[in-house]
Amino acid sequence: MGERHSLPPALGPTVRILLLAFLATLVLAFISLFVGVSDVSLPALLSGTADARATEIFFISRVPRTLALMLAGASMAIAGLVMQMVVRNRFVEPSTAGTSESAALGFLVVTLLAPEWPLMAKMAVSALFALGGTALFLRILRAVPLRDVLLVPLVGIMLGGVIGAVSAFIAYRTNLMASLLAWNMGDFSGVLRGRYELLWLGLAGGILAYIAADRFTVAGMGKDFTTNLGLNYRRVMVLGLVIVSVVSAVVLVSVGSIPFLGLIVPNLVSLIVGDNMRRTVPWVAVGGAGFVLACDIVGRLIRFPYEIPIAVVMGVVGSAVFLYLLLRTPRHAG
Amino acid sequence: MIITSDVSKSYGESTVVDGVSLSLPRGGITSIIGPNGAGKSTLLSMVSRLMAMDKGSVTVDGLDVSKTPGDVLARRLSILRQDNHMTARLTVRDLVSFGRYPYSKGRLTTDDKVHIDEAIGYLDLTALSGRFLDELSGGQRQRAFVAMVLCQDTDYVLLDEPLNNLDMKHAMGMMKLLQRAASELGKTVVLVLHDINFASWYSTHIVAMKHGKVAAQGSVDEMIRPDVLSSVYEMDIAVHEIAGQRISVYYG
Repeated sequence: MGERHSLPPALGPTVRILLLAFLATLVLAFISLFVGVSDVSLPALLSGTADARATEIFFISRVPRTLALMLAGASMAIAGLVMQMVVRNRFVEPSTAGTSESAALGFLVVTLLAPEWPLMAKMAVSALFALGGTALFLRILRAVPLRDVLLVPLVGIMLGGVIGAVSAFIAYRTNLMASLLAWNMGDFSGVLRGRYELLWLGLAGGILAYIAADRFTVAGMGKDFTTNLGLNYRRVMVLGLVIVSVVSAVVLVSVGSIPFLGLIVPNLVSLIVGDNMRRTVPWVAVGGAGFVLACDIVGRLIRFPYEIPIAVVMGVVGSAVFLYLLLRTPRHAG
Repeated sequence: MIITSDVSKSYGESTVVDGVSLSLPRGGITSIIGPNGAGKSTLLSMVSRLMAMDKGSVTVDGLDVSKTPGDVLARRLSILRQDNHMTARLTVRDLVSFGRYPYSKGRLTTDDKVHIDEAIGYLDLTALSGRFLDELSGGQRQRAFVAMVLCQDTDYVLLDEPLNNLDMKHAMGMMKLLQRAASELGKTVVLVLHDINFASWYSTHIVAMKHGKVAAQGSVDEMIRPDVLSSVYEMDIAVHEIAGQRISVYYG
Protein backbone atom coordinates (compact mmCIF):
# COMPACT_ATOMS: atom_id res chain seq x y z
CA MET A 1 0.00 0.00 0.00
CA GLY A 2 2.57 2.54 1.17
CA GLU A 3 4.87 1.75 -1.71
CA ARG A 4 2.23 2.17 -4.37
CA HIS A 5 1.35 5.56 -2.96
CA SER A 6 4.89 6.85 -3.34
CA LEU A 7 4.34 6.89 -7.11
CA PRO A 8 2.17 9.63 -8.59
CA PRO A 9 -0.93 7.94 -10.01
CA ALA A 10 0.02 8.62 -13.64
CA LEU A 11 3.53 7.23 -13.33
CA GLY A 12 2.81 3.62 -12.40
CA PRO A 13 1.23 2.43 -15.66
CA THR A 14 3.59 4.44 -17.88
CA VAL A 15 6.62 2.88 -16.24
CA ARG A 16 5.05 -0.50 -16.90
CA ILE A 17 4.57 0.40 -20.57
CA LEU A 18 8.20 1.49 -20.73
CA LEU A 19 9.28 -1.85 -19.34
CA LEU A 20 7.12 -3.64 -21.90
CA ALA A 21 8.60 -1.54 -24.70
CA PHE A 22 12.05 -2.39 -23.41
CA LEU A 23 11.23 -6.10 -23.41
CA ALA A 24 9.75 -5.87 -26.90
CA THR A 25 12.93 -4.21 -28.11
CA LEU A 26 14.99 -7.00 -26.58
CA VAL A 27 12.83 -9.58 -28.36
CA LEU A 28 13.30 -7.70 -31.65
CA ALA A 29 17.05 -7.59 -31.05
CA PHE A 30 16.98 -11.33 -30.47
CA ILE A 31 15.05 -11.91 -33.69
CA SER A 32 17.46 -9.63 -35.54
CA LEU A 33 20.33 -11.85 -34.41
CA PHE A 34 18.80 -14.90 -36.02
CA VAL A 35 17.31 -13.60 -39.26
CA GLY A 36 19.44 -14.12 -42.32
CA VAL A 37 20.43 -16.31 -45.18
CA SER A 38 23.00 -18.26 -43.23
CA ASP A 39 21.55 -20.66 -40.74
CA VAL A 40 22.64 -19.61 -37.26
CA SER A 41 20.72 -21.11 -34.37
CA LEU A 42 20.87 -20.34 -30.70
CA PRO A 43 20.97 -23.91 -29.34
CA ALA A 44 23.86 -24.73 -31.65
CA LEU A 45 25.73 -21.60 -30.58
CA LEU A 46 25.18 -22.27 -26.90
CA SER A 47 26.06 -25.92 -26.99
CA GLY A 48 29.15 -25.20 -29.05
CA THR A 49 28.02 -27.52 -31.83
CA ALA A 50 27.61 -24.71 -34.35
CA ASP A 51 30.12 -24.92 -37.13
CA ALA A 52 32.91 -22.38 -37.26
CA ARG A 53 31.33 -20.51 -40.16
CA ALA A 54 28.02 -19.97 -38.38
CA THR A 55 29.81 -18.76 -35.25
CA GLU A 56 31.87 -16.40 -37.33
CA ILE A 57 28.83 -14.99 -39.09
CA PHE A 58 27.13 -14.54 -35.76
CA PHE A 59 29.93 -12.49 -34.23
CA ILE A 60 31.20 -10.68 -37.31
CA SER A 61 27.90 -9.83 -38.94
CA ARG A 62 24.78 -10.48 -36.87
CA VAL A 63 25.87 -9.08 -33.51
CA PRO A 64 27.40 -5.94 -35.03
CA ARG A 65 24.35 -5.38 -37.18
CA THR A 66 21.97 -5.70 -34.27
CA LEU A 67 24.11 -3.41 -32.13
CA ALA A 68 24.38 -0.92 -34.98
CA LEU A 69 20.60 -0.90 -35.40
CA MET A 70 20.01 -0.23 -31.73
CA LEU A 71 22.73 2.41 -31.44
CA ALA A 72 21.69 4.27 -34.58
CA GLY A 73 17.99 4.03 -33.72
CA ALA A 74 18.37 5.26 -30.16
CA SER A 75 20.76 8.07 -30.98
CA MET A 76 18.90 9.33 -34.06
CA ALA A 77 15.61 9.38 -32.13
CA ILE A 78 17.24 11.31 -29.27
CA ALA A 79 18.79 13.72 -31.80
CA GLY A 80 15.31 14.37 -33.21
CA LEU A 81 13.97 15.00 -29.72
CA VAL A 82 16.76 17.44 -28.87
CA MET A 83 16.22 19.26 -32.13
CA GLN A 84 12.48 19.57 -31.50
CA MET A 85 13.16 21.08 -28.10
CA VAL A 86 15.77 23.64 -29.16
CA VAL A 87 14.01 24.66 -32.39
CA ARG A 88 10.66 24.51 -30.59
CA ASN A 89 8.90 22.81 -33.43
CA ARG A 90 7.36 19.35 -33.37
CA PHE A 91 8.19 18.59 -36.97
CA VAL A 92 11.90 19.21 -37.24
CA GLU A 93 14.48 16.48 -37.17
CA PRO A 94 17.84 16.16 -38.93
CA SER A 95 16.22 15.25 -42.26
CA THR A 96 13.76 18.16 -42.19
CA ALA A 97 16.26 20.86 -41.20
CA GLY A 98 19.01 20.45 -43.75
CA THR A 99 21.22 18.70 -41.18
CA SER A 100 21.46 15.28 -42.83
CA GLU A 101 22.01 16.75 -46.30
CA SER A 102 24.75 19.02 -44.96
CA ALA A 103 26.40 16.08 -43.25
CA ALA A 104 26.35 14.22 -46.59
CA LEU A 105 27.83 17.24 -48.38
CA GLY A 106 30.60 17.43 -45.77
CA PHE A 107 31.35 13.74 -46.12
CA LEU A 108 31.44 14.09 -49.89
CA VAL A 109 33.79 17.08 -49.77
CA VAL A 110 36.20 15.42 -47.35
CA THR A 111 36.11 12.19 -49.34
CA LEU A 112 37.15 14.14 -52.42
CA LEU A 113 39.75 16.40 -50.84
CA ALA A 114 41.28 14.09 -48.24
CA PRO A 115 40.42 10.52 -49.15
CA GLU A 116 43.26 9.17 -46.99
CA TRP A 117 41.92 10.65 -43.75
CA PRO A 118 40.67 8.17 -41.14
CA LEU A 119 36.90 7.72 -40.89
CA MET A 120 36.85 9.52 -37.55
CA ALA A 121 38.30 12.68 -39.11
CA LYS A 122 35.90 12.47 -42.05
CA MET A 123 33.05 12.10 -39.61
CA ALA A 124 34.25 15.23 -37.79
CA VAL A 125 34.22 17.22 -41.03
CA SER A 126 30.77 15.86 -41.80
CA ALA A 127 29.59 16.92 -38.33
CA LEU A 128 30.97 20.44 -38.86
CA PHE A 129 29.07 20.72 -42.13
CA ALA A 130 25.94 19.44 -40.39
CA LEU A 131 26.36 22.11 -37.73
CA GLY A 132 26.86 24.79 -40.37
CA GLY A 133 23.80 23.67 -42.34
CA THR A 134 21.63 23.63 -39.23
CA ALA A 135 22.88 27.08 -38.23
CA LEU A 136 21.94 28.31 -41.69
CA PHE A 137 18.49 26.80 -41.24
CA LEU A 138 18.04 28.66 -37.96
CA ARG A 139 19.31 31.87 -39.52
CA ILE A 140 16.68 31.56 -42.23
CA LEU A 141 14.00 30.92 -39.62
CA ARG A 142 15.04 34.06 -37.75
CA ALA A 143 14.94 36.13 -40.92
CA VAL A 144 11.50 34.85 -41.95
CA PRO A 145 9.39 34.59 -38.82
CA LEU A 146 6.87 31.89 -39.62
CA ARG A 147 3.53 31.79 -37.95
CA ASP A 148 2.66 28.31 -39.11
CA VAL A 149 4.30 25.34 -37.40
CA LEU A 150 4.24 23.34 -40.61
CA LEU A 151 6.16 25.92 -42.62
CA VAL A 152 9.25 25.44 -40.48
CA PRO A 153 9.98 21.86 -41.61
CA LEU A 154 9.01 22.85 -45.15
CA VAL A 155 11.72 25.50 -45.14
CA GLY A 156 14.12 22.87 -43.78
CA ILE A 157 13.18 20.38 -46.46
CA MET A 158 13.69 23.02 -49.15
CA LEU A 159 17.07 23.97 -47.70
CA GLY A 160 17.95 20.28 -47.61
CA GLY A 161 16.91 20.04 -51.25
CA VAL A 162 19.24 22.87 -52.23
CA ILE A 163 22.16 21.41 -50.29
CA GLY A 164 21.38 17.97 -51.71
CA ALA A 165 21.46 19.44 -55.21
CA VAL A 166 24.91 20.91 -54.57
CA SER A 167 26.09 17.50 -53.38
CA ALA A 168 24.54 15.80 -56.42
CA PHE A 169 26.26 18.26 -58.74
CA ILE A 170 29.66 17.63 -57.16
CA ALA A 171 29.11 13.88 -57.01
CA TYR A 172 27.99 13.79 -60.64
CA ARG A 173 31.11 15.62 -61.80
CA THR A 174 33.39 13.38 -59.74
CA ASN A 175 31.76 10.02 -60.35
CA LEU A 176 30.69 9.64 -56.74
CA MET A 177 26.97 9.48 -57.47
CA ALA A 178 26.71 5.89 -56.26
CA SER A 179 28.37 6.71 -52.93
CA LEU A 180 26.14 9.71 -52.41
CA LEU A 181 23.06 7.60 -53.06
CA ALA A 182 24.25 5.04 -50.57
CA TRP A 183 24.80 7.68 -47.87
CA ASN A 184 21.37 9.11 -48.42
CA MET A 185 19.77 5.71 -48.17
CA GLY A 186 20.36 4.16 -44.79
CA ASP A 187 21.12 0.45 -45.01
CA PHE A 188 22.47 -1.92 -42.41
CA SER A 189 23.31 -4.82 -44.70
CA GLY A 190 26.94 -3.75 -44.94
CA VAL A 191 27.49 -3.59 -41.20
CA LEU A 192 30.36 -5.81 -40.07
CA ARG A 193 32.61 -5.90 -37.04
CA GLY A 194 35.07 -3.02 -37.36
CA ARG A 195 32.71 -0.92 -39.45
CA TYR A 196 30.06 0.25 -37.06
CA GLU A 197 31.94 1.14 -33.87
CA LEU A 198 31.73 4.87 -34.57
CA LEU A 199 28.07 4.55 -33.68
CA TRP A 200 29.02 4.25 -30.03
CA LEU A 201 29.87 7.93 -30.31
CA GLY A 202 26.24 8.53 -31.23
CA LEU A 203 25.22 6.79 -28.02
CA ALA A 204 27.60 9.08 -26.15
CA GLY A 205 25.73 12.00 -27.69
CA GLY A 206 22.47 10.48 -26.48
CA ILE A 207 23.84 10.11 -22.95
CA LEU A 208 25.03 13.72 -23.01
CA ALA A 209 21.54 14.75 -24.05
CA TYR A 210 20.14 12.82 -21.08
CA ILE A 211 22.54 14.52 -18.69
CA ALA A 212 21.54 17.94 -20.02
CA ALA A 213 17.86 16.91 -20.31
CA ASP A 214 16.50 19.57 -17.96
CA ARG A 215 18.27 22.34 -19.84
CA PHE A 216 16.73 21.19 -23.09
CA THR A 217 13.28 21.03 -21.55
CA VAL A 218 13.73 24.56 -20.26
CA ALA A 219 14.91 25.67 -23.71
CA GLY A 220 11.81 24.01 -25.14
CA MET A 221 9.74 26.40 -23.01
CA GLY A 222 11.16 29.30 -25.00
CA LYS A 223 13.83 31.96 -24.73
CA ASP A 224 12.05 34.12 -22.15
CA PHE A 225 11.40 31.23 -19.79
CA THR A 226 14.95 30.04 -20.22
CA THR A 227 16.40 33.45 -19.38
CA ASN A 228 14.02 33.83 -16.47
CA LEU A 229 15.24 30.55 -15.03
CA GLY A 230 18.82 31.74 -15.25
CA LEU A 231 20.03 29.68 -18.21
CA ASN A 232 21.90 31.01 -21.20
CA TYR A 233 19.55 30.19 -24.08
CA ARG A 234 22.23 30.45 -26.75
CA ARG A 235 24.53 28.10 -24.94
CA VAL A 236 21.82 25.45 -24.52
CA MET A 237 20.95 25.83 -28.17
CA VAL A 238 24.56 25.37 -29.29
CA LEU A 239 25.00 22.32 -27.07
CA GLY A 240 21.84 20.81 -28.55
CA LEU A 241 22.85 21.47 -32.13
CA VAL A 242 26.33 20.04 -31.57
CA ILE A 243 24.79 16.83 -30.25
CA VAL A 244 22.37 16.67 -33.18
CA SER A 245 25.13 17.33 -35.73
CA VAL A 246 27.52 14.75 -34.33
CA VAL A 247 24.82 12.08 -34.12
CA SER A 248 23.65 12.82 -37.67
CA ALA A 249 27.19 12.67 -39.03
CA VAL A 250 28.02 9.48 -37.14
CA VAL A 251 24.93 7.72 -38.41
CA LEU A 252 25.42 9.04 -41.93
CA VAL A 253 29.00 7.84 -42.30
CA SER A 254 28.28 4.51 -40.62
CA VAL A 255 25.02 3.36 -42.16
CA GLY A 256 23.58 6.23 -44.18
CA SER A 257 20.80 8.58 -43.20
CA ILE A 258 17.58 7.24 -41.72
CA PRO A 259 14.69 9.57 -42.48
CA PHE A 260 11.63 10.23 -40.25
CA LEU A 261 12.95 8.33 -37.26
CA GLY A 262 13.80 11.42 -35.24
CA LEU A 263 10.39 12.79 -35.98
CA ILE A 264 8.13 9.86 -35.36
CA VAL A 265 9.50 8.38 -32.18
CA PRO A 266 9.69 11.60 -30.12
CA ASN A 267 6.23 12.66 -31.31
CA LEU A 268 4.66 9.34 -30.37
CA VAL A 269 6.40 9.42 -27.00
CA SER A 270 5.25 13.00 -26.45
CA LEU A 271 1.64 11.90 -26.88
CA ILE A 272 2.01 9.36 -24.10
CA VAL A 273 4.37 10.94 -21.57
CA GLY A 274 4.74 14.57 -22.63
CA ASP A 275 7.94 16.49 -23.19
CA ASN A 276 9.78 16.60 -19.92
CA MET A 277 13.03 15.28 -21.33
CA ARG A 278 14.30 13.89 -18.04
CA ARG A 279 11.41 11.44 -18.38
CA THR A 280 11.21 11.01 -22.14
CA VAL A 281 14.82 10.30 -23.14
CA PRO A 282 14.69 6.63 -22.00
CA TRP A 283 11.41 6.19 -23.87
CA VAL A 284 12.74 7.78 -27.01
CA ALA A 285 15.92 5.71 -26.86
CA VAL A 286 14.03 2.43 -26.43
CA GLY A 287 11.42 3.42 -28.98
CA GLY A 288 14.04 4.45 -31.54
CA ALA A 289 16.00 1.24 -31.13
CA GLY A 290 12.87 -0.89 -31.32
CA PHE A 291 11.46 0.94 -34.32
CA VAL A 292 14.69 0.64 -36.30
CA LEU A 293 15.04 -3.03 -35.41
CA ALA A 294 11.48 -3.71 -36.54
CA CYS A 295 11.90 -1.84 -39.83
CA ASP A 296 15.18 -3.59 -40.54
CA ILE A 297 13.70 -7.02 -39.83
CA VAL A 298 10.79 -6.25 -42.15
CA GLY A 299 13.24 -5.13 -44.84
CA ARG A 300 15.15 -8.38 -44.45
CA LEU A 301 12.11 -10.64 -44.57
CA ILE A 302 9.85 -9.06 -47.15
CA ARG A 303 11.83 -10.27 -50.17
CA PHE A 304 13.87 -12.95 -48.42
CA PRO A 305 16.64 -13.82 -49.23
CA TYR A 306 17.09 -10.32 -50.69
CA GLU A 307 17.08 -7.18 -48.58
CA ILE A 308 15.32 -3.85 -48.85
CA PRO A 309 17.27 -0.93 -47.35
CA ILE A 310 15.88 0.28 -44.05
CA ALA A 311 15.51 3.81 -45.44
CA VAL A 312 12.83 2.50 -47.79
CA VAL A 313 10.88 0.67 -45.11
CA MET A 314 11.26 3.63 -42.77
CA GLY A 315 10.13 5.98 -45.53
CA VAL A 316 6.90 4.05 -46.06
CA VAL A 317 6.06 3.47 -42.40
CA GLY A 318 7.37 6.88 -41.43
CA SER A 319 5.36 8.87 -43.90
CA ALA A 320 2.20 7.10 -42.82
CA VAL A 321 2.82 7.95 -39.17
CA PHE A 322 3.89 11.45 -40.15
CA LEU A 323 0.60 11.95 -41.97
CA TYR A 324 -1.28 10.77 -38.92
CA LEU A 325 0.62 13.24 -36.76
CA LEU A 326 -0.02 16.06 -39.22
CA LEU A 327 -3.72 15.39 -39.41
CA ARG A 328 -4.10 15.53 -35.68
CA THR A 329 -1.98 18.72 -35.38
CA PRO A 330 -4.64 21.44 -35.32
CA ARG A 331 -5.57 20.51 -31.80
CA HIS A 332 -2.05 20.84 -30.44
CA ALA A 333 -0.19 23.13 -32.75
CA GLY A 334 -1.55 26.13 -30.85
CA MET B 1 14.77 48.40 -4.93
CA ILE B 2 14.70 48.42 -8.72
CA ILE B 3 16.43 51.43 -10.24
CA THR B 4 16.37 52.20 -13.94
CA SER B 5 18.60 55.00 -15.15
CA ASP B 6 17.96 56.59 -18.48
CA VAL B 7 16.79 53.33 -20.09
CA SER B 8 15.99 53.53 -23.80
CA LYS B 9 15.00 51.13 -26.54
CA SER B 10 14.28 51.79 -30.20
CA TYR B 11 13.16 49.65 -33.09
CA GLY B 12 14.49 51.27 -36.22
CA GLU B 13 13.07 54.77 -36.27
CA SER B 14 10.59 54.46 -33.44
CA THR B 15 11.70 54.90 -29.86
CA VAL B 16 9.64 52.60 -27.67
CA VAL B 17 11.18 53.44 -24.32
CA ASP B 18 12.73 56.86 -24.07
CA GLY B 19 15.14 57.62 -21.24
CA VAL B 20 13.15 56.14 -18.36
CA SER B 21 14.61 56.74 -14.92
CA LEU B 22 12.59 55.19 -12.14
CA SER B 23 13.10 53.81 -8.71
CA LEU B 24 10.58 51.25 -7.65
CA PRO B 25 10.38 50.83 -3.91
CA ARG B 26 10.78 47.48 -2.18
CA GLY B 27 7.62 45.73 -1.10
CA GLY B 28 4.04 46.18 -2.13
CA ILE B 29 2.50 46.09 -5.57
CA THR B 30 3.63 48.54 -8.22
CA SER B 31 1.41 48.74 -11.30
CA ILE B 32 2.56 50.14 -14.58
CA ILE B 33 -0.37 51.52 -16.55
CA GLY B 34 -0.71 53.45 -19.76
CA PRO B 35 -2.17 53.27 -23.26
CA ASN B 36 -1.13 50.69 -25.87
CA GLY B 37 2.34 51.25 -27.24
CA ALA B 38 3.46 53.26 -24.23
CA GLY B 39 6.44 50.94 -23.73
CA LYS B 40 5.25 49.23 -20.54
CA SER B 41 6.02 45.68 -21.61
CA THR B 42 9.30 46.68 -23.22
CA LEU B 43 10.38 48.37 -20.01
CA LEU B 44 9.45 45.31 -17.98
CA SER B 45 11.40 43.09 -20.39
CA MET B 46 14.49 45.23 -20.05
CA VAL B 47 14.25 45.37 -16.27
CA SER B 48 14.13 41.58 -16.24
CA ARG B 49 17.02 41.25 -18.77
CA LEU B 50 14.83 39.44 -21.30
CA MET B 51 15.58 42.24 -23.72
CA ALA B 52 18.80 44.19 -24.09
CA MET B 53 18.54 47.94 -23.69
CA ASP B 54 20.08 50.35 -26.16
CA LYS B 55 21.02 52.82 -23.49
CA GLY B 56 20.96 53.13 -19.72
CA SER B 57 21.15 50.60 -16.92
CA VAL B 58 18.96 48.73 -14.50
CA THR B 59 19.90 47.54 -11.05
CA VAL B 60 17.97 45.21 -8.77
CA ASP B 61 19.13 45.54 -5.17
CA GLY B 62 22.38 46.92 -6.56
CA LEU B 63 22.88 44.09 -9.09
CA ASP B 64 23.27 45.32 -12.64
CA VAL B 65 20.88 43.11 -14.63
CA SER B 66 22.98 43.13 -17.79
CA LYS B 67 26.14 42.03 -15.95
CA THR B 68 24.91 39.76 -13.17
CA PRO B 69 25.08 36.02 -13.99
CA GLY B 70 21.70 34.73 -15.11
CA ASP B 71 21.34 32.14 -12.39
CA VAL B 72 22.10 34.64 -9.61
CA LEU B 73 19.45 36.97 -10.94
CA ALA B 74 17.01 34.09 -11.36
CA ARG B 75 16.99 33.69 -7.58
CA ARG B 76 16.23 37.41 -7.05
CA LEU B 77 13.80 38.26 -9.78
CA SER B 78 11.26 36.36 -11.82
CA ILE B 79 9.35 37.47 -14.86
CA LEU B 80 6.30 36.24 -16.71
CA ARG B 81 5.47 37.80 -20.03
CA GLN B 82 2.11 37.74 -21.69
CA ASP B 83 1.20 35.43 -24.56
CA ASN B 84 3.24 32.45 -23.55
CA HIS B 85 3.27 29.89 -26.29
CA MET B 86 4.59 26.63 -25.12
CA THR B 87 5.44 23.94 -27.64
CA ALA B 88 6.77 21.62 -24.96
CA ARG B 89 4.04 19.36 -23.66
CA LEU B 90 4.45 19.56 -19.89
CA THR B 91 2.17 18.77 -17.00
CA VAL B 92 1.22 21.53 -14.62
CA ARG B 93 3.39 19.96 -11.97
CA ASP B 94 6.37 19.68 -14.32
CA LEU B 95 6.01 23.31 -15.29
CA VAL B 96 5.78 24.52 -11.71
CA SER B 97 8.73 22.30 -10.75
CA PHE B 98 10.90 24.11 -13.26
CA GLY B 99 10.39 27.20 -11.12
CA ARG B 100 12.89 25.54 -8.81
CA TYR B 101 15.50 25.20 -11.54
CA PRO B 102 17.58 28.20 -10.40
CA TYR B 103 18.09 26.43 -7.06
CA SER B 104 18.13 22.73 -7.82
CA LYS B 105 19.28 22.63 -11.46
CA GLY B 106 16.83 19.82 -12.01
CA ARG B 107 17.55 17.67 -8.95
CA LEU B 108 14.59 18.46 -6.75
CA THR B 109 15.13 18.40 -3.00
CA THR B 110 12.42 17.86 -0.37
CA ASP B 111 12.45 21.60 0.21
CA ASP B 112 11.83 22.18 -3.49
CA LYS B 113 8.88 19.82 -3.38
CA VAL B 114 7.34 21.78 -0.51
CA HIS B 115 7.61 24.96 -2.60
CA ILE B 116 6.07 23.22 -5.60
CA ASP B 117 3.09 21.89 -3.64
CA GLU B 118 2.57 25.30 -2.07
CA ALA B 119 2.64 27.15 -5.37
CA ILE B 120 0.22 24.66 -6.92
CA GLY B 121 -2.08 24.96 -3.92
CA TYR B 122 -1.86 28.78 -3.91
CA LEU B 123 -3.20 28.92 -7.45
CA ASP B 124 -5.82 26.31 -6.82
CA LEU B 125 -4.32 23.89 -9.32
CA THR B 126 -3.98 20.79 -7.14
CA ALA B 127 -6.71 18.92 -8.99
CA LEU B 128 -5.13 19.79 -12.34
CA SER B 129 -1.50 19.14 -11.42
CA GLY B 130 -1.24 15.96 -13.51
CA ARG B 131 -2.82 17.49 -16.61
CA PHE B 132 -0.86 18.60 -19.65
CA LEU B 133 -0.83 22.34 -20.35
CA ASP B 134 -2.40 21.83 -23.76
CA GLU B 135 -5.38 20.21 -22.09
CA LEU B 136 -6.14 23.31 -20.01
CA SER B 137 -8.18 26.43 -20.68
CA GLY B 138 -6.36 29.71 -21.26
CA GLY B 139 -7.10 30.88 -17.74
CA GLN B 140 -5.94 27.65 -16.12
CA ARG B 141 -2.75 27.80 -18.15
CA GLN B 142 -2.16 31.39 -17.07
CA ARG B 143 -2.53 30.32 -13.44
CA ALA B 144 -0.04 27.52 -14.02
CA PHE B 145 2.51 29.97 -15.38
CA VAL B 146 2.03 32.27 -12.41
CA ALA B 147 2.41 29.27 -10.09
CA MET B 148 5.74 28.51 -11.74
CA VAL B 149 6.94 32.07 -11.22
CA LEU B 150 5.83 32.05 -7.58
CA CYS B 151 7.54 28.72 -7.10
CA GLN B 152 10.74 30.48 -8.13
CA ASP B 153 10.38 32.27 -4.79
CA THR B 154 12.17 35.47 -5.73
CA ASP B 155 12.08 38.80 -3.86
CA TYR B 156 10.90 40.52 -7.03
CA VAL B 157 8.06 39.15 -9.12
CA LEU B 158 7.41 40.87 -12.46
CA LEU B 159 4.24 40.03 -14.35
CA ASP B 160 3.14 41.39 -17.68
CA GLU B 161 -0.64 41.44 -17.84
CA PRO B 162 -1.19 38.59 -15.40
CA LEU B 163 -4.96 39.00 -15.65
CA ASN B 164 -4.98 38.04 -19.33
CA ASN B 165 -7.40 35.20 -20.00
CA LEU B 166 -8.75 35.27 -16.48
CA ASP B 167 -12.43 35.63 -15.72
CA MET B 168 -13.55 38.10 -13.02
CA LYS B 169 -13.38 35.58 -10.24
CA HIS B 170 -9.89 34.40 -11.10
CA ALA B 171 -8.67 37.92 -11.88
CA MET B 172 -9.70 39.00 -8.43
CA GLY B 173 -8.26 35.83 -6.94
CA MET B 174 -4.96 36.51 -8.70
CA MET B 175 -4.74 40.08 -7.42
CA LYS B 176 -5.61 38.96 -3.88
CA LEU B 177 -2.93 36.34 -4.11
CA LEU B 178 -0.33 38.85 -5.27
CA GLN B 179 -1.39 41.14 -2.46
CA ARG B 180 -0.84 38.32 0.00
CA ALA B 181 2.52 37.53 -1.54
CA ALA B 182 3.49 41.16 -1.01
CA SER B 183 2.18 41.57 2.50
CA GLU B 184 2.80 38.11 4.00
CA LEU B 185 5.89 36.99 2.12
CA GLY B 186 7.44 40.42 1.66
CA LYS B 187 7.65 40.15 -2.12
CA THR B 188 7.93 43.11 -4.39
CA VAL B 189 5.39 42.69 -7.17
CA VAL B 190 5.60 44.75 -10.35
CA LEU B 191 2.73 44.43 -12.81
CA VAL B 192 1.78 45.76 -16.18
CA LEU B 193 -1.99 46.22 -15.94
CA HIS B 194 -4.57 47.36 -18.41
CA ASP B 195 -7.48 47.55 -16.04
CA ILE B 196 -6.95 50.76 -14.09
CA ASN B 197 -9.60 49.80 -11.55
CA PHE B 198 -7.65 46.70 -10.58
CA ALA B 199 -4.58 48.93 -10.38
CA SER B 200 -6.44 51.37 -8.18
CA TRP B 201 -7.84 48.74 -5.87
CA TYR B 202 -4.71 46.72 -5.26
CA SER B 203 -1.60 48.84 -5.93
CA THR B 204 0.62 50.55 -3.43
CA HIS B 205 2.37 52.49 -6.18
CA ILE B 206 1.35 53.35 -9.73
CA VAL B 207 3.54 54.33 -12.66
CA ALA B 208 1.83 55.74 -15.74
CA MET B 209 3.66 55.59 -19.04
CA LYS B 210 2.95 57.37 -22.30
CA HIS B 211 5.01 57.56 -25.49
CA GLY B 212 7.90 55.67 -23.94
CA LYS B 213 8.25 58.03 -20.98
CA VAL B 214 7.01 58.08 -17.44
CA ALA B 215 4.03 60.42 -17.53
CA ALA B 216 3.35 60.36 -13.80
CA GLN B 217 3.90 58.20 -10.77
CA GLY B 218 2.80 58.10 -7.19
CA SER B 219 0.38 56.59 -4.73
CA VAL B 220 -3.17 55.61 -5.69
CA ASP B 221 -4.47 58.88 -4.28
CA GLU B 222 -2.03 60.86 -6.38
CA MET B 223 -2.58 58.87 -9.56
CA ILE B 224 -6.22 57.85 -9.75
CA ARG B 225 -7.52 61.34 -10.44
CA PRO B 226 -9.49 62.56 -13.43
CA ASP B 227 -6.83 65.06 -14.52
CA VAL B 228 -3.92 62.58 -14.34
CA LEU B 229 -5.73 59.71 -16.02
CA SER B 230 -7.36 61.84 -18.69
CA SER B 231 -4.04 63.23 -19.77
CA VAL B 232 -2.35 59.80 -19.75
CA TYR B 233 -5.09 58.10 -21.78
CA GLU B 234 -6.21 61.17 -23.75
CA MET B 235 -9.87 60.59 -22.97
CA ASP B 236 -12.37 61.67 -20.36
CA ILE B 237 -12.13 59.56 -17.26
CA ALA B 238 -14.24 60.25 -14.19
CA VAL B 239 -13.20 58.97 -10.80
CA HIS B 240 -15.73 58.05 -8.12
CA GLU B 241 -15.20 56.93 -4.63
CA ILE B 242 -16.99 53.63 -4.04
CA ALA B 243 -16.61 51.56 -0.92
CA GLY B 244 -13.60 53.61 0.03
CA GLN B 245 -11.82 52.89 -3.27
CA ARG B 246 -11.25 55.11 -6.27
CA ILE B 247 -13.04 53.71 -9.27
CA SER B 248 -12.63 55.12 -12.74
CA VAL B 249 -15.57 55.36 -15.08
CA TYR B 250 -14.83 55.73 -18.76
CA TYR B 251 -17.39 53.57 -20.54
CA GLY B 252 -19.44 56.27 -22.21
